[in-house]
Amino acid sequence: MTTATVVSRETVAPRRFGRALAHTGVLTRRSLLANVRLRDVLLLSAIQPIIFMVMFLYVFGGAIETALPSAAGGSYANWLIPGILAQFAVFGASTTAYGLHNDRVSGVIDRFRSLPTARSAVLAGRTLADLTRSSVILLLQLGVGILLGFRWQSGILALLAGLGLALAFGYACSWIMATLGLAVRNTEAIQAAVYSVVFPFTLVSSVFLPTQTMPGWLQVFAEHQPITVVANALRGLLLGPDALAPGQTVAGQTELALVWTAAILAVFVPLAVRVYRRSVS
Amino acid sequence: MESIITVEGVVKRFGRDVRALDGLSLRIPAGIIFGLLGPNGAGKTTLIRILATLLAADEGVVRVAGFDVRHQAEAVRARIGLAGQYAAVDDHLTGRENVEMVGRLYGLSRRDAQARTSVVLDRIGLGDAAHRQVQTYSGGMRRRIDLVASLVGRPQVLFLDEPTTGVDPASRRELWDLIRDLVDGGTTVVLTTQYLDEADQLAGRIGVINHGRLVSEGTPEQVKDHTGPAVLELSIPDSQKDEAMRALGQIASQPPAYDRRRGRLVLGATDGVVTLQHALRVLDAAAITPTDVGLHRPTLDDVFLALTRTERTDQNLNDTAKETV
Repeated sequence: MTTATVVSRETVAPRRFGRALAHTGVLTRRSLLANVRLRDVLLLSAIQPIIFMVMFLYVFGGAIETALPSAAGGSYANWLIPGILAQFAVFGASTTAYGLHNDRVSGVIDRFRSLPTARSAVLAGRTLADLTRSSVILLLQLGVGILLGFRWQSGILALLAGLGLALAFGYACSWIMATLGLAVRNTEAIQAAVYSVVFPFTLVSSVFLPTQTMPGWLQVFAEHQPITVVANALRGLLLGPDALAPGQTVAGQTELALVWTAAILAVFVPLAVRVYRRSVS
Repeated sequence: MESIITVEGVVKRFGRDVRALDGLSLRIPAGIIFGLLGPNGAGKTTLIRILATLLAADEGVVRVAGFDVRHQAEAVRARIGLAGQYAAVDDHLTGRENVEMVGRLYGLSRRDAQARTSVVLDRIGLGDAAHRQVQTYSGGMRRRIDLVASLVGRPQVLFLDEPTTGVDPASRRELWDLIRDLVDGGTTVVLTTQYLDEADQLAGRIGVINHGRLVSEGTPEQVKDHTGPAVLELSIPDSQKDEAMRALGQIASQPPAYDRRRGRLVLGATDGVVTLQHALRVLDAAAITPTDVGLHRPTLDDVFLALTRTERTDQNLNDTAKETV
């Protein structure tokens, strides 16, 4: 009954890690299969961000083109698409909140918690599956963006680095959403919470418009909040240093974006695990 | 008998005012079906969740299969199975995939999980349906897959929270058979139910919970004994009814009552058959011959009502008394 006390710590730790890894794999597959098999959900959730993108492109585009930095080459598509990729990273993460909420309500989390399953595996599996899903949609957005006139001005490596950065940031946001989805008990309340985080942060940023025209106090927030940092880093990587405000460098913005990503993970991974350990349906 | 579950003085509070469990103590012997009965909000589900390591008790000690649920939760989890109030299965997976996944989460290798899944699936005879997605299943099939998923790790103790709520009568019988089979295989089953006949049919022992306390515990027969005597019912021709009431009044501590609806005299039979013999003798002396005589134990329904009506007002108690008389 107490093999763990007989076997030394050194052999137990890798075994525990191996178990956590195996469980994470099983649970990632479970969530991914939901995406593949529930086709209407997949289709609609892929179409929605593209509709948004097209909407912003044509509604705002004409009015804004004159105010754009020269690196955009006078094309709003060039300015918007990197921002949209940053924005979707956050939007896509909200899937994690709903997925975990549904699992809690349907009693699946109760079952998982009653099993000798690694503590972190349920959350890791869910967030990794959502990351995979986000990557597919992100590529789709980029593809449609290119069809609509987006041209990146840098090499393929910079493009890949940009996509990787957006996904890393989105993954960090998934853990915020995981905490939210488990801590808030009511579906409508989760929706309200998700929107009151996602909308202010994506709108009051440089995602859609340069921040210079905002009132001073709002501009301070808009220029320093993480989504702007990620959007700037993406613009720097995809369009070159001219797309950035004077004084900013591509490397500097990228590093700052990575610091934000790491900071969010450092806070919300332990927090989400803590909330998970206490959640019952 | 050895106890596989011991619960000692468990208190669980929700917020400041609600004491879901209020100093509950209980021992459950290994290898039986134990039925937890109680009205809604009595604390049944809270107790199951504490036993299954989902909730921590505020006070008290709980041991399951030899391990403390608080300090050795991982060891407990390796030895238990849980099927909650809702079938916790994934609609988009097939029945087989659902069971296999739980097997993997119990720590089985892929190959072992597959083999074990085949064994437990055979028990419920889903046949080809095991390869269909669960969203095509009926309610009864979902419950059966859920139950079987909780078995894939060979649990020593299986917790079933209202396993047949919302299931049609035919599926209910199938679930009962499945649960009985488990005990033959050596698993201890703890189930909560609101259905008295379910507890009566399945459980070797019963615990009645009300307001977070155990108000009665024992075999179904013992629990019925706890609450009151056997009941003697007599059918007497109308013309002799009053005379019979008078005669029977001499032998019982409480006067007999007349059940108008069924036209019967009802008498508490403190001494069982002895009371019956006594009653027949005094009636014979008064030249009264009953057309029908019945001596029976109170049903679990009677017991349940008697045990859980403490919170009712006296007025309600009187009403209940009138209804049963």
